[in-house]
Amino acid sequence: MSDFDRVRWHCRRGLLELDIILTRFLESGYPRLSEAQRTVFSGLLEYADNDLWDFVSGRNSSADAAEEEVLNLLRET
Amino acid sequence: MSLPTRKFDAVVVGAGGAGMRAALQLSEAGLKVAVLSKVFPTRSHTVAAQGGIGASLGNMGEDNWLWHMYDTIKGSDYLGDQDAIEFLCRMAPQAVYDLEHYGMPFDRNEDGTVYQRPFGGHSSNFGERPVQRSVCAADRTGHAMLHTLYQRNVRANTVFFVEWMALDLIRDASGQVLGVTAMEMETGETWIFQARATLFATGGAGRIYAASTNAFINTGDGLGMAARAGIPLEDMEFWQFHPTGVAGAGVLITEGVRGEGGYLLNKDGERFMERYAPNMKDLASRDVVARAMATEIKEGRGCGKDADYILLKLDHIGVDKIEKKLPGIREIAKKFANVDPVKDPIPVVPTCHYQMGGIPTNYHGEVVVPGNGKDNNVVPGFYAAGEVACASVHGANRLGTNSLTDLLVFGKASGDSVIRYLKENPGHKDLPADAADYTMSRLSRLDSQTGGENVFEVGAAMRRTMQAHCGVFRFPDLLTDGVKKIREISERAARTEIKDKSKTFNTARIEALELDNLIEVARSTMICADARQESRGAHDRADYPKRDDVTWLKHTLWYKDSDRLEYKAVNLKPLTAESFEPKVRSY
Repeated sequence: MSDFDRVRWHCRRGLLELDIILTRFLESGYPRLSEAQRTVFSGLLEYADNDLWDFVSGRNSSADAAEEEVLNLLRET
Repeated sequence: MSLPTRKFDAVVVGAGGAGMRAALQLSEAGLKVAVLSKVFPTRSHTVAAQGGIGASLGNMGEDNWLWHMYDTIKGSDYLGDQDAIEFLCRMAPQAVYDLEHYGMPFDRNEDGTVYQRPFGGHSSNFGERPVQRSVCAADRTGHAMLHTLYQRNVRANTVFFVEWMALDLIRDASGQVLGVTAMEMETGETWIFQARATLFATGGAGRIYAASTNAFINTGDGLGMAARAGIPLEDMEFWQFHPTGVAGAGVLITEGVRGEGGYLLNKDGERFMERYAPNMKDLASRDVVARAMATEIKEGRGCGKDADYILLKLDHIGVDKIEKKLPGIREIAKKFANVDPVKDPIPVVPTCHYQMGGIPTNYHGEVVVPGNGKDNNVVPGFYAAGEVACASVHGANRLGTNSLTDLLVFGKASGDSVIRYLKENPGHKDLPADAADYTMSRLSRLDSQTGGENVFEVGAAMRRTMQAHCGVFRFPDLLTDGVKKIREISERAARTEIKDKSKTFNTARIEALELDNLIEVARSTMICADARQESRGAHDRADYPKRDDVTWLKHTLWYKDSDRLEYKAVNLKPLTAESFEPKVRSY
């Protein structure tokens, strides 16, 4: 069972903007995440598309420090 | 070969707006309903819809369904079926009230009524003046709709199969549809979903183009399944394009950028819109701008090493105004075009947005095919709604906000049709012995293929070919060449190979199966576009610049079998209203 493949599929979204950013991140940022950060990333994927896009585009920020840490990496993608 | 089987009264494939609206109708009628979806329902592409739902509630001033009907028919460039369009416009207000009762958080007026915003193409009194007809939930209408419908479906005990991909339609010797085969992504296992009625709501297939606003999941799965099962696809030459998507990404750059003074440049730095539209220049209508861009690229004046995009310049607007008047644009340009628009222009191309064609249905959401001397014979047990279907209410060009109206009205109507059909046809019919054979042979071909084609490369070749040969403005030499190329690519797609043969969440296998669907859509689009020798709505040909009602006021039907084409009449007879005769379309 490959967790990476599951995460990869969960990066398929309803919004094209997220499809592109998350796909890029899987190649560039994800391999360098710690186990704990990967868990946070999987949690972020549970957000509704528009809420996640607000986070990623910087229109909104998360109150959770661990989420913000991973979101900052996503924002640089 | 026999497969494990699940039995339902109805199987709905796709959990966007149309699928969930249909499923809700069925579940609330007490039927046992399965909904199959590749992704979690609220992550369907309906979430991207911002504009609103067109419905003549008349909350902002006088309005009525007949005016909405006129706008829709005119928008369709008279290719829409007038019985279906009357149905759409008459049912639209009730579709909105239903959603309101389900708890949809619509924007409201001070008196508590649902607010309606203006939208291009909507008028009162048959084109006399603009009317406010679009019902919305801020710029999150699709999002709010999906969440509302999902909650309501959970309450009604709809059974969701999330991360399941439907693979093929099951038909018996008489042609009756008895369900689908489907793969569970987590296990890689294939099942039969046996159903007394099967409803496709799989959305569009905008991913056939290199430049597309569609999410990656929009791979035309329902269209591919229908085509492989011998069902024709209708009016596939008609695709709506937006002039300014970010080149290479597809993400939309709002028209507001040109409204605030941004303009387009070719590789010589020329502001070419001055030649095409001396008065309106970059503010000319969408189709004029997109056609000019395509002409510049075709004639070798595109930018970049492949001369395949146009530049949108806005640095002269000034950083303050860009930040204030065009929020989010700088972020989008940086993220998706890798340029900061306060300094450098944004590379843009006309970008595919919406599919007008699809699986032919009547206004009850029943799939209809020609046969026995009639154009529209119902395929027993088979229904379609939403972007995958062609009712046809959008004809050659969709009116803004009518996509969500379509989902709601035909989602519900197809659900009602299923309920009626199941009352008259109790019990499950036996499955044919070979119900899953076709699917299993496709899967086994894919798993055993050696020396085959790379899925990504074939997909990229398809997207490039569609973009270059069958884009927003169509040239005869490119179409002829495009037919040859897409047939070659289609042959390559039949020999795809995957290196990873694992069962669990094998995304390589899923993407290969998605390509099987996309390629049918791409081929049908190219063949239908090459054949239609006129310009109508979104189908715009350089060699036939005018609409030709004498020869071409008819729907195209494409069959996968030898790329055969048939045509059927447009229904110009509404249900109760007077017919709207074709007129020159001008705004």
